[in-house]
Amino acid sequence: MISIRNIVKQYAAHRALDDVSIEIEKGKVFGLLGPNGAGKTSLIRIINQITAPDSGQVLFNGEPLSQVHVDRIGYLPEERGLYKKMEIGEQILYLARLKGLSRAEALKRAKYWFEKLEIQSWWNKKIEELSKGMQQKAQFVATVIHEPELLILDEPFTGFDPVNAEVIKNEILELNRKGATVIFSTHRMESVEELCDSIALLNLSHKILDGKVKAIRNSYRNGTYVLEYEGDKIAMNGNAPFAILQETGHEGYQQVKLKINEGSKVNDVLHYMLPLASINKLEEVVPTMNEIFIQKVASANTSNQ
Amino acid sequence: MNKILLIIQREYFSRVKKKSFLVLTFLVPVLFISMIALIAYISASQNEFADLKKVAVIDESGRFLNKMRNSSNMSFTYVSQPFETTKKSFIKDGYDYLLYIPSSLTGVQLLGEKKPSPLTSGKIEDDLSNLLRSQRLVEAGIDTVVLAKAQKHISISPQQVKENGTVEDAHVVASLAVGFVCAFLIYLSLFLYGAQVMRGVIEEKVSRIVEVIISSVKPFQLMLGKILGIGLVGLTQFVLWIVLTLTLSTVAGSVLVKNVKAKTEQVSAAQHMVVQGAANTAPVAEDGDKMANVLKELQGIPVAKTISCFLFYFLFGYLLYSSLFAAVGSAVDNETETQQFMFPITLPLIFTFALAQSVIINNPDSTLSIWLSMIPFTSPIAMMIRIPFGGVTNLQLAASMLLMVLGFLFTTWVASRIYRVGILMYGKKASYKELAKWFMYKE
Repeated sequence: MISIRNIVKQYAAHRALDDVSIEIEKGKVFGLLGPNGAGKTSLIRIINQITAPDSGQVLFNGEPLSQVHVDRIGYLPEERGLYKKMEIGEQILYLARLKGLSRAEALKRAKYWFEKLEIQSWWNKKIEELSKGMQQKAQFVATVIHEPELLILDEPFTGFDPVNAEVIKNEILELNRKGATVIFSTHRMESVEELCDSIALLNLSHKILDGKVKAIRNSYRNGTYVLEYEGDKIAMNGNAPFAILQETGHEGYQQVKLKINEGSKVNDVLHYMLPLASINKLEEVVPTMNEIFIQKVASANTSNQ
Repeated sequence: MNKILLIIQREYFSRVKKKSFLVLTFLVPVLFISMIALIAYISASQNEFADLKKVAVIDESGRFLNKMRNSSNMSFTYVSQPFETTKKSFIKDGYDYLLYIPSSLTGVQLLGEKKPSPLTSGKIEDDLSNLLRSQRLVEAGIDTVVLAKAQKHISISPQQVKENGTVEDAHVVASLAVGFVCAFLIYLSLFLYGAQVMRGVIEEKVSRIVEVIISSVKPFQLMLGKILGIGLVGLTQFVLWIVLTLTLSTVAGSVLVKNVKAKTEQVSAAQHMVVQGAANTAPVAEDGDKMANVLKELQGIPVAKTISCFLFYFLFGYLLYSSLFAAVGSAVDNETETQQFMFPITLPLIFTFALAQSVIINNPDSTLSIWLSMIPFTSPIAMMIRIPFGGVTNLQLAASMLLMVLGFLFTTWVASRIYRVGILMYGKKASYKELAKWFMYKE
């Protein structure tokens, strides 16, 4: 869907993007991650053709990005905003028509979305009369009303209460199921794991990690498990096929975080433990995206210094 | 292109639909006409607004006895008591002033509780001198008929020779007024609508909607759409103002002219009655004629040419300046920061307007005036002053208009380069150096 190839963007003394290449597959949800100032917004602006790269190329379905593509992209910027003095319905129509819809078509779809999000009674209100959450919903409608093939959402859940965040999340997933590709820029790692198929991690203008979420998490597996057994703490001799990283005692059960020795398997752990204790569970600890994010960014920053 | 139209539409209708627009559109012509009518009325009936001053006259020379002419604001009463006693009693007797004319005619005094205004004493001086001159001339043996002829007041009617040799009335006073009003309106509207563009840009930037919009259209389209939309609002307003003013003034004008004429006739009739013997009335009768002349001259101004030039210079002057205003709006985060950039932009306007009131209006075809009417930054004002005087050749007008269009294209190009970067910059205090850097950025 989108091929970002060797993009460089220079602002005066600051290089915002340095030789960044990313592939975004059609029909997937793609997470664009990175700490503040990593270059996410610069990249998003380039895909939206708000700014142009100094060098490099962006391909949209294989064609070099051009003005004909803007109507096929829906963009929800991190800093939201609508005309404060304009009626909300008119405003949605205006933005939809700027994306190439006819007035009649825009009206039809706006009514549909307003009903779906239960904001039809706000049609004639001015933006300044609405709560922040309502404004966000209206802005979301403006982003998706022209049924874009590519949705670019920058922190889409900020400003929503948990109930409405869930509503919006389901709408995004539904659009994705209907075929829209979603680029999703966020700091909220839990939503990344829940929503994204693939991610790219930007840090200090460079891409430092990308790939499928599952594959990335798997590649960060290091044989760490959590073992829980009943009763009091038992002593383990040196023949255990694992090293104990951490032991915590609870009322009536114990938890051990362990790392399996090189060459041993999960079954070996069970073999060793079965005669010793009554096991409640044995579970692999796969690092969360959050942990990977922090680890990657920290190590990138230290190696940079 | 279609998208620019959409933007123009929004900018236009969101403003035209406002109540303030309607109110302003209808109120201004009414106020304008009322003001003109009031001024005309007051100046036509000036005398009625002045108090009647009662003047006691002691004429020891005997030359002026019963010859001082009463007017609507001054009445003369001749008293025969000696000066010394009257001096003490005239205020008590209800007089405002005491005019004392010694027999030698030197040391004439005007006494009063309040200081007599220069107008009052000047008028008495003129009257006395005129009377004395007439008397001396008659005494010297000049026939009164000859005398009356000799005192004819001359009034110049300026004529203008056209290239083909025909002579036309030059309408100097009316040209002056029309040119000045047009220049003033342009001056005012450049500020008014330019500031609206600037505020609109700041609004979009502050409310952050700008990023959504420029993901659909190019920044240049947004800027141009806004400028053209607001320009059309201005144009609509002016066209409505012109139409309403012309309609109202035709109606009000016919009434007014009748009133003024009636008044003038009254005054001159009164004058004729009073004058009879003394031949010093001519200038007063001329006043009424002057009034009628100005009204006649107004009708002689090339209305169509002036209005079409006005609309052209308003439109392009506006386009030129408002693109700069848009650039300023894009560079700041709120209106208070605009000051440092506004000054250099408005300087040529203020400069030309100041010159317009003195240099250009007194000498519309001097080299300086011609140059000012060529430079795009100053020509909207300078040219509007010059056009009603008729000294602008077609070549000059064409050159000025061409430069105006080129100037507009140039400033819009410069402004759009600053604008496209500025609207996405937040929290950065823009300096001129910064603006130059933005200008240099690649696409």
